[in-house]
Amino acid sequence: MQSYWLYKKDLASEIRTRYAINSLAMFILVTISVILFSIGSETISDYLSGGLFWVVIFFTAMSGLSRAFVSEEERGTALTLQLIASPTTVFSGKLLFNIILVFSMNIVVAFLYNILFESFVIKSHLLFYTGFILGNIGIAISSTIIASIIAKAGSKGTLYPVLSFPILLPLILILIELTKMSMDGTKFEEGIVELSVLLSYNVIMISASYLLFDFIWKD
Amino acid sequence: MIWKILLFLIISFVSIAGIAFPIVENPIYWYQFPLIPGLEENAKIIFFHVPTAWITVIAFLMSTIYSIKYLRKKNLLDDSKAYTAAQLGMVFCILATVTGAVWSKFAWGAFWSWDPRQTSIFALMLIYGAYFALRSAIEQEEKRAALSAVYSIIAFVTVPFFIFIMPRIMKGLHPGSADDVSSGPVVDFHMNANMLLIFYLSLAGFSLLYYWMWQIGYKSHWIKEKFNKQLI
Repeated sequence: MQSYWLYKKDLASEIRTRYAINSLAMFILVTISVILFSIGSETISDYLSGGLFWVVIFFTAMSGLSRAFVSEEERGTALTLQLIASPTTVFSGKLLFNIILVFSMNIVVAFLYNILFESFVIKSHLLFYTGFILGNIGIAISSTIIASIIAKAGSKGTLYPVLSFPILLPLILILIELTKMSMDGTKFEEGIVELSVLLSYNVIMISASYLLFDFIWKD
Repeated sequence: MIWKILLFLIISFVSIAGIAFPIVENPIYWYQFPLIPGLEENAKIIFFHVPTAWITVIAFLMSTIYSIKYLRKKNLLDDSKAYTAAQLGMVFCILATVTGAVWSKFAWGAFWSWDPRQTSIFALMLIYGAYFALRSAIEQEEKRAALSAVYSIIAFVTVPFFIFIMPRIMKGLHPGSADDVSSGPVVDFHMNANMLLIFYLSLAGFSLLYYWMWQIGYKSHWIKEKFNKQLI
């Protein structure tokens, strides 16, 4: 319950400054327009547009998700947070905030993608959306724990994608595979293996994060 | 001292035998290797490729174990051990990638083809690289040790996905892939007794070599850190 109040606090301060939301929105716009410019009038294959979809999502996530912890360190409020809440509560609150952020960001990306890319046609919707939801949660978990490491390492912005990429790589590879499958119109039952790999990734990452967050958070 | 001489003998024997022993169709003498269909002369690189890949994983495992130990006891010596294991792991990772690429050129036709195994070793290299980038970014010793330990543990829990899961659900060329029907692990290839002996000798020799290098490495790192502290 306390973590819900932490989430509300983050949401309120985010709505006041709109820093993360603005930078995420601009980043989505910039990456998609760069891709559109580079394609020009050529037609790209289905699989390529499916892969580029996750490239956009990865780099957008890398641009905004570290805010959750970096902003606490920048404003010097990390110590207060350490006093009033347990590490588990802090992590849950930040994770909740990042999950909301990732979902809103990715829904916008998916919407824009559907409008702008003619070759991005999903045939089996159930498979794609299940993978999409599980993938978003996975991205949020991994980027939250890496963000806390980055914040303690002195908010090195350039380090964030470097540290996150190897951690997110299995997730992204599976998601690209799932996107290809749903473009081919594979039945939901045939994608069960990939979906369960996604689910196990989420479970492993969330348990490792909760176990290790204490060591990051307490100096 | 005695085991260092032994190690020297093992490594030199493996290098000479692995490179020089001829491959013939019907081995008669003890120094002749059998012809393995599909591998032919390429089979010899197995004595150098598999041990380096094995050491890469072992070094990564050791780095994680000492990271866990550091987080429990907060002893900086454990951090030195974890760091040295990661350094050596990076060296062997590069060696495994290069030998793998050479083998792949002659067996599959290209140096690099994003086979799931190649992807996974590439990801392992990225993890090591990110680990060193993180370490170089933090000045304070305890903080550096704690954060890099946490990162190495988080990275380690993703490794099973690369090593065990991805190669099996994705199509690939490496033995043990999803669409591979002929054999399981590489060693089950029709190696005869002398090939197996040299293979296991090579595995043991490289492991010993790694262990020796690791001991020297972490001691020198530890002494260097101590001197740095005294100077300040």
